[in-house]
Amino acid sequence: MTKDECKKVVLDIIADIAPDEDLSNVKPDVRLRDQLQLDSMDFLDIVMELRKRHGIEVPEADYMQLASLDSCAEYLTPKFNALAAKG
Amino acid sequence: MNSSSRYDVAIIGAGMSGLAAGIRLAHFGKRVCIFERHNAVGGLNGFYSTDGRKFDVGLHAMTNFVRPGVKGTPLTKLLRQLRIDREEFALCEQKQSRVAFGPRGETSLRFTNDFAVFESEVARAFPAQIDGFRALVAAIRAYDDVSLDAAPESARAIVRRHVSDPLLEDMLFCPVMYYGSATEHDMEFGQFVIMFKALFLEGFARPFDGVRVILRVLLEKYRAAGGERRMKCGVRRIVAQGGRAAVLVLDDGTEIVADHVISSIGLPETEKLIAEETTATSNADVGSAAMPAAAPGAHSFVETITILDRQPAALGWGDDTIVFFNDSARFDYACPREWVDIRSGVICFPNNFDYGPGRALPEGIFRITCLAKPGPWFAAADAEYRAAKTAWFADVARSARRFLPPVADADLAAATIATDMFTPRTIARYTGHVNGAIYGAPRKVRDGRTALSNLYLCGTDQGFLGITGAMLSGISMANYHILQKG
Repeated sequence: MTKDECKKVVLDIIADIAPDEDLSNVKPDVRLRDQLQLDSMDFLDIVMELRKRHGIEVPEADYMQLASLDSCAEYLTPKFNALAAKG
Repeated sequence: MNSSSRYDVAIIGAGMSGLAAGIRLAHFGKRVCIFERHNAVGGLNGFYSTDGRKFDVGLHAMTNFVRPGVKGTPLTKLLRQLRIDREEFALCEQKQSRVAFGPRGETSLRFTNDFAVFESEVARAFPAQIDGFRALVAAIRAYDDVSLDAAPESARAIVRRHVSDPLLEDMLFCPVMYYGSATEHDMEFGQFVIMFKALFLEGFARPFDGVRVILRVLLEKYRAAGGERRMKCGVRRIVAQGGRAAVLVLDDGTEIVADHVISSIGLPETEKLIAEETTATSNADVGSAAMPAAAPGAHSFVETITILDRQPAALGWGDDTIVFFNDSARFDYACPREWVDIRSGVICFPNNFDYGPGRALPEGIFRITCLAKPGPWFAAADAEYRAAKTAWFADVARSARRFLPPVADADLAAATIATDMFTPRTIARYTGHVNGAIYGAPRKVRDGRTALSNLYLCGTDQGFLGITGAMLSGISMANYHILQKG
């Protein structure tokens, strides 16, 4: 999985949990919280949908790694690839 | 399919909060089952049918209404958390409501879903109080009302810091208390804030077909997520072992084991399930020494329902959606000395929501809610109970009609095609709430914890109020105690 594909995965999840947000111009280097109205309940849902849909575990200590799309991609892409390698 | 005896989570009660908790948990892969003693879902916000008519119970209006695009409020949160498209609720906004005080409602504050209307009404009726009122509203807006560990403060004390006219103070407390206060005279400030926002800063709306639309959406989400439910299947007792809810015993004797148990039936009602069957040797298990038994709510309500052959406006009653009234010098929100306190109450015309051009409920509905004292309603023998219902129905209607444009008795009688009334006894029978206390126990448990480590409360006694609050309560407790822990 590429980092761009990973960002797409995160955006797809946000689109489902916050359908009332406009995601067409999300800047990858800006904190999601600063450009979208997402609260802690929404961030918990991003984590839980990652687990439900993709089997990716994000421990609570790492939640800050999900701050922006760029940081999501940095943090999650290796996890996706490790999971794919395990098959 | 409904034969399993082991679940990740068992939920007691299929009201709004239990269903919402169930949707969250099932969506994230938990094996969950809701156990409901009644044959219908909804709990304190259900509906029933008589003579082919469906009557809503509890719901006058869905509070917390905000228009599309407004974010970060309870309604938006719950829609997101439950993956509900707001179109599914098909909410129609109120026309206008009033708080009317004085023997004939001489002092009146109108409000709509546009808060500026209420603010201008306060400025008109209480010019000397408007600065204080604005400061109060600023304090309310700034308050963190979803905090699970806020220290309790008196709402009366905080409101009085800003509002010095007792009439205005009472006029603010009347709607807020009627729509959610489990305590008499005063409320905890956090509870006041939740309800003030829900009623005034947000607003009222209703689906055309009433509360069953909301329940249908919740049930469909729950089913689609894989949740199970068992109806006419209450939980008779919770067997405690080692400080945990080890086994649930159902009414039919079946035993259920679950890693987590969420109870929406109320704190004293839940404690009773644990306590009743606990033997002397296992008393330590429920921590009864550490935590005194919770007192149930002392006051309840009666509601009269009059079905009309025309719209209330056609009878001359205008287009008020809700009218909160009080005829006395002070507003006395407390358990009445008599069966019913008719001095204050709430009138609701479900017809007067904006259902769109040419769309109107087929019949007129005139509902009145007043405070009631549970004791006499429970103690009465059947004949006395029926006679009391008839007598109080008339008294309640006579009192409430003082706050509406005059309609001749003969005209009202001619337009009336059916009536019904529910009492504390009715509420207790269908919801299991001790005393028929709709708003539950005075003491709320914001973090939902109980004496048993894997048993949590949601709903009325967790303390997020109103129907939106009920759903958020289920969501919050499922998230906080179960989903966040993986």
